[in-house]
Amino acid sequence: MALRSGVYADSVRLMQVSRDVGARDGVTAVLVAMATPLNLDLAAGMGLAPAEPASPEQLLVAISADDDAALAGAVAAVETALAERQRSTASAQAVPARTIGAGLDALPGDGPALAIVSVPGPYAVAEAADAIAAGRSVLLFSDGVPVEHEVALKRAARAAGVLVMGPDCGTAIVSGLALGFANAVRRGPVGIVAASGTGAQQVSCLLDAAGVGVSHVLGVGGRDLTAAVGGPATLDALAALDDDPATEAILVVSKPPAPAVALEVARAAAGLRTPVRQAALGPDAPDLTAAVEALLGDLGVAVPDWPSRPGAGEAALPGAVLKGLYSGGTLADEAMLLAGPVLGDVRSNTPLRPELGIGTDLAAPGHLVLDLGDDALTVGRAHPMIDPTLRLEAIAALAASGEPAVLLLDVVLGFGADPDPAAALVPALAAARARTTLPAVVALVGTEADPQGWSRQADALAAAGASVFASNAQATRHALGLLGGAA
Amino acid sequence: MTLRDLLAGPPTVVAAGVDVFSAALRAQGADVHDVDWRPPGFGDPADLAALALDPRRPAANRTAVERLLAAGSVLTDVRPAKEVLGVPGRTLLHAGPPIAWADASGPLRGALIGACLFEGWASSVEEAQLRLASGFVHLEPCHAHRTVGPMAGVTSPSMWLWCLEDPVQGGRAFCNLNEGLGKVLRMGAFGEDVLTWLAWMRDVLGPVLQAAVRSMHEPMDVKAVLAQMLQMGDEGHNRNRAGSLMALRELSPAIVGLAESSGRASGELAEVLRFIGGNEHFFLNLGMPTAKLATDAARDVPGSTLVTVMSRNGTEFGIQTSGTGDRWFTGPAQTPVGLFLGDFGPEDANPDIGDSAIMETYGVGGFAMAAAPAIVRFVGGTVPDALATTERMYQLTLAENPAMAIPILGFRGAPTGIDVVSVARTGWLPQINTGMAGRVAGTGQVGAGLVQPPRECFEQALAALARGARAS
Repeated sequence: MALRSGVYADSVRLMQVSRDVGARDGVTAVLVAMATPLNLDLAAGMGLAPAEPASPEQLLVAISADDDAALAGAVAAVETALAERQRSTASAQAVPARTIGAGLDALPGDGPALAIVSVPGPYAVAEAADAIAAGRSVLLFSDGVPVEHEVALKRAARAAGVLVMGPDCGTAIVSGLALGFANAVRRGPVGIVAASGTGAQQVSCLLDAAGVGVSHVLGVGGRDLTAAVGGPATLDALAALDDDPATEAILVVSKPPAPAVALEVARAAAGLRTPVRQAALGPDAPDLTAAVEALLGDLGVAVPDWPSRPGAGEAALPGAVLKGLYSGGTLADEAMLLAGPVLGDVRSNTPLRPELGIGTDLAAPGHLVLDLGDDALTVGRAHPMIDPTLRLEAIAALAASGEPAVLLLDVVLGFGADPDPAAALVPALAAARARTTLPAVVALVGTEADPQGWSRQADALAAAGASVFASNAQATRHALGLLGGAA
Repeated sequence: MTLRDLLAGPPTVVAAGVDVFSAALRAQGADVHDVDWRPPGFGDPADLAALALDPRRPAANRTAVERLLAAGSVLTDVRPAKEVLGVPGRTLLHAGPPIAWADASGPLRGALIGACLFEGWASSVEEAQLRLASGFVHLEPCHAHRTVGPMAGVTSPSMWLWCLEDPVQGGRAFCNLNEGLGKVLRMGAFGEDVLTWLAWMRDVLGPVLQAAVRSMHEPMDVKAVLAQMLQMGDEGHNRNRAGSLMALRELSPAIVGLAESSGRASGELAEVLRFIGGNEHFFLNLGMPTAKLATDAARDVPGSTLVTVMSRNGTEFGIQTSGTGDRWFTGPAQTPVGLFLGDFGPEDANPDIGDSAIMETYGVGGFAMAAAPAIVRFVGGTVPDALATTERMYQLTLAENPAMAIPILGFRGAPTGIDVVSVARTGWLPQINTGMAGRVAGTGQVGAGLVQPPRECFEQALAALARGARAS
């Protein structure tokens, strides 16, 4: 028997509560009602009259039960029923959520859910923080997120037991669902932790071509393994994949980590039950294709001939230089790492060494590999994996410049990417090649199951005279071969 | 959800930003919910980020909300202001942020003049104006003295105050007695009839209510009445009909009992009962201190971005937040939009005035519009508008108040605890229901309608809170 002040519910609701609680085992009588004289009389009739004086604004909760346990259970059930929020069904006035917080709050049920944030960088942190506060992981696709915000978000995420995927690495596949830029790869035993978006796409697509699927791909952000960030998302993702029954082997894809962070990741990896292989691009490290081949060896799977359409092997003009026009930063890095030892200095807007930088001069002469997806070039425009304009302009400008060259491109397929990249690229290549001798080599990253279809795109590009390779390393070596270097 | 749950199965996705990713997810058969994201309505992105990342903020807002929701409100006494407030003689309290006579609008000036005449501090309107202008009469905001007052909110030493207490956290709050509608002091009227009526309130209504309240066996649970009003078509700001009748029901046995216990003339008691029964806003002056008790309980939590005060003095709109104490953030008061009495029109309306926006600060009033379909036409809207207004306010607030359930929304708790950061991010300003006073002193009420705070208040509060977050 209790009287409660400051609680009010209508009589119909209270009758429902009384009925539901009265149906519980061990409960002999229940009256949950406002303490009006009528209801007090009813309670007295049931032998449940309150000892203290009651007023009509108070809520009377009167329960008799067989034992203390049944009573406690019934009291708890009353609390739950009174607190239960009944979602509106009367309102047709659906007001759309304006923030991730409101959107998550409006979700019915509490099954697995996560947030994807791709709003402009300066505003992204508030949306991502909403997800963390709601106890949900977030794929932070936005670029231009300051590193100190990344650090603070990941610190909050660790405390909340959730993962911040990103920023600057817009790839994830969670339980077969491709988020951001990702490919339609088969499901299987390999879990991928990726501090590189296109790197993760390259390795997952090559695995798929070898008949090996992935359990999950967790992009952790291009800066996660830097000294400033310290690898928190990588460590959490490793632990999560280690706990995941579907994951039998883990591959960590990244640019070279900061030494202290690399040490910590290696230590964590050594403590896992699941074997971990690192694919960290660097001057002394294997390329991504070689890393995949090594992993296949671990798994006892034969390395296939990687899909390609090599074409006739068109000769470059004398004195030709390498012109790499990439949409994926990691793929551009891989091309530079492979080309450097052969060609000497390769300059870039994202150079391997600062002295190789070209600033903003995208038409600089000589060996050049550009990352057209770099933050500095995507301010106010879509990523080149969605919008080809910047690359099409660069191809036309190259043809017009008269500088003899071999053209090296990546074309990244999959969810989120241009639905038919060949449609724009083929006429651009045809126009350029009509003007000058310009051998073209394409690293085509994707799978047959991708919306664009690897073979459909490969055939169209090959028909335009390009040499096409599923492996970026193979494509780069092919281009170097055309330039007369060691292939 | 833990990281392990993240990998437990295909997730539902909530997406903000470019729609190409949502389209790709739908193509895979995923359950995708797009957020109608847009750039913040105001605020430096760096400030918003600093607050979003302030590690103090989630816990601070939780604490503030818990205190706000836990606050109760019981009516403990009715006493003259001079016995309660402890302010020096010749001080008048007024609604809204601090203001000087020179900046006061028509209705506030009218009410101040009326109060000077009522207190005998001046014998003519001209003399009252001189004494107010010279500083002979001192002005202070109600909010600085745990007090709230509707419209002009002018409270003078001889006026009687409702005295309320939060039995949970021990807070106290005060509000003057409602005068009724039409030509009344709070609307800026100060004619002979207004002063005569104030004298009746001082000499009859106040003492009767005091004796009645003191004779009650159980103090009135005012919060419980407010909760029930929302089930009966009131929203607690512009519609107080059910609440006023419930207050009458609570008080009348004690009032009638005074005939026997203290020998009050039955005609006098009947007059009091007739006044209460005929005044549809009688309860507003009980609801406001109830809201004040709750929002005061949420004060002074470092790092909290919860709004503790929204109030207007007829010239400026001011807010305070939990994380910034009693500092006011002000902007120009807007003129309400709505319907007008008689021949009055928009040109007759004064900019927004009154402490009564404490109701919205507490999550009722305009925030609980969905509970009061009967008034939406009076304040110039439709029933769907009312539902949408409340739905929007959920995105500005930190909590749902289980004690203030809204029937048509499936008894969902009213949206409560305005978050400055959410106001900025959604670009939606709080919705306030309000009365409208005539802009010329002495006019009285000209209408009622809807109004919003100026964005400037929230801009300044956001910047100040962000400075606090960086310094922490």
